[in-house]
Amino acid sequence: MDKKEKILIVDDEKIVRESFYHWFIEDNYIVDTAEDGETALNKYAKEKYDLLLVDMKMPGMSGLDLLSKIKAIDKDAIIILITAFSSVPTAITALKNGAYDYVTKPVDPDELSHLVKRALEQRALKIENIQLKESIDEIIKPDNLIGESFQIKKIYELVHSVSRTDTTVMIRGESGTGKELVAKAIHINSGRKYSPIITVNCGALAESLLESELFGHEKGAFTGAQFRRKGKFEMADGGTIFLDEIGSISLRMQIELLRVIETKQFNRVGGNELIKSDFRVITATNESLEDLVKAGKFREDLYYRINVFTIVIPPLRERRDDIPLLVNFFLNKFSSAMNKKIKKISKEAMDFLMNYDWPGNVRELENAIERAMVVGKSDSITVDDLPFHVSRNYLELPGDEKSLSSMEKKYINRILNESGWNISKTAQILEIDRVTLYNKINKYDLRKLE
Amino acid sequence: MDIFIAPLKFYSNVLLQNLIKELSKRFSSSIHVVDIRLNIDNFFSIDRKQYFSTQIIAEVMKLTDQYNGKIILLTDVDLFVPALTFIFGEAQLNGKHSILSVCRLHEIFYSGISNENLLLERTIKETLHELGHNYGLRHCIDWDCVMHASHGIEEVDIKGITYCNKCRTKVEGYK
Repeated sequence: MDKKEKILIVDDEKIVRESFYHWFIEDNYIVDTAEDGETALNKYAKEKYDLLLVDMKMPGMSGLDLLSKIKAIDKDAIIILITAFSSVPTAITALKNGAYDYVTKPVDPDELSHLVKRALEQRALKIENIQLKESIDEIIKPDNLIGESFQIKKIYELVHSVSRTDTTVMIRGESGTGKELVAKAIHINSGRKYSPIITVNCGALAESLLESELFGHEKGAFTGAQFRRKGKFEMADGGTIFLDEIGSISLRMQIELLRVIETKQFNRVGGNELIKSDFRVITATNESLEDLVKAGKFREDLYYRINVFTIVIPPLRERRDDIPLLVNFFLNKFSSAMNKKIKKISKEAMDFLMNYDWPGNVRELENAIERAMVVGKSDSITVDDLPFHVSRNYLELPGDEKSLSSMEKKYINRILNESGWNISKTAQILEIDRVTLYNKINKYDLRKLE
Repeated sequence: MDIFIAPLKFYSNVLLQNLIKELSKRFSSSIHVVDIRLNIDNFFSIDRKQYFSTQIIAEVMKLTDQYNGKIILLTDVDLFVPALTFIFGEAQLNGKHSILSVCRLHEIFYSGISNENLLLERTIKETLHELGHNYGLRHCIDWDCVMHASHGIEEVDIKGITYCNKCRTKVEGYK
């Protein structure tokens, strides 16, 4: 057996230290000893020990003092105190001060063996738990929130600074820009990350359903309410509630919402019990709440309550530089998910994507790549693999590339590429003769891509 | 390398002879019984009514230079080290000396019923265990191996009566 656990035995009596030392050595532990608290502290500062066995009564620094000092350095340290005789006050003091347990000297070998094993197993589980939580952090990182543009970097900074607070956040942006991803990023970078983030799409539910959805209901509260049900605010206890499309809720619900956000207390529908919940609020909208306030459709007090810290996500057309990164990300994502070996995109297809206006933003881009991966036959995505509504505006070229010759050059090049530079076939599609096609190729200096 | 058994306050000649017989079957080494003249009462704790094993070994070390091999002290008295309530035995890791008490190996100690066969089996196991420590072995994870830790009598009974393949290679003369 090759254990790695390291035990430090702290006892002023040499024969006790030695007997523990030999006993633990035979049991495959790495063992070190210290004759007093000071020596133990010095050793602890230099090396990590998995468990400390500390005599309660020592000259100078007592075992309890040492316990407090070690716990101040490492709150997760496992310390078992050894007492000369068993007493309840001693045990209570030891446990209150953070000792894992205490044993009475002399110790029953079987009891000590089990105690040490249990303590070390718990410590190993705790470490494993932390590692798992860290790996969960990796998994739930909102990876679609990708970009190197200055706009997206600014959003990273805002997320980073606001996630450390409990401030109410409003995320604004067009549909498909990734408002929910930003909300998740704030949540998982906050102290609330081990509690859930609960998403409510306020626009998707009728007022009566939204009330029950948010606050829950008691059995018999309304027709069909056969069981008591927790609401989203209750489920978000300790975590975050993300209210998407906040602009679409009714004025009556706005009053309820304001009250709950301010008091963190509410009643379930049909219930009298006051429910308390500790949640953070993040809202999102693609509407102008200011206009809604002016029009009397959104309460001003609620507007100010939720509009404390605002993050605006720019539309994809305003951060075109991020498109190649996003495309690569989605290519990798879907090639793994679909088990397809499409890892590239043709230059032409990328040009299309760069020039498209993306009214549906990142979500539309993701859907376009997913669709292309489904229909794609070769090892790279071509223009033809892109959905019709994307390729349709392929000729809507920005800036000075809108001239007829520029359009002609791009179109001929596209057909040549699609036909694999088959001159006869291309000429046939373009309904021109081969000589004219050769002249155009020379004129525009078109070349077959290797 | 020979094995020397030194009875100290050990009164069961039948158990001793049976142990020698069993060890002889297992070891190619010669098994000897030696008489070490040591009064272990000096290591008796009046408070605990037990004998301090570490001190006994320390004293025996001074008296056994002439024996070239492993020396196992066999006793009927109950043993202790200061940290623990009792021990079945103690051995020098990678050393020459060990001590084994059969006091708590008697079934009568636990159930009030004598069982000589069980006593022999337990004695063989713990003798092999302490000798294993002398040959540098630490506790083994394999429950079928005699080097598995046994901090209580139940564990002595559960574990195997021979070394596992891995531990066996370390024990000189074990067949």
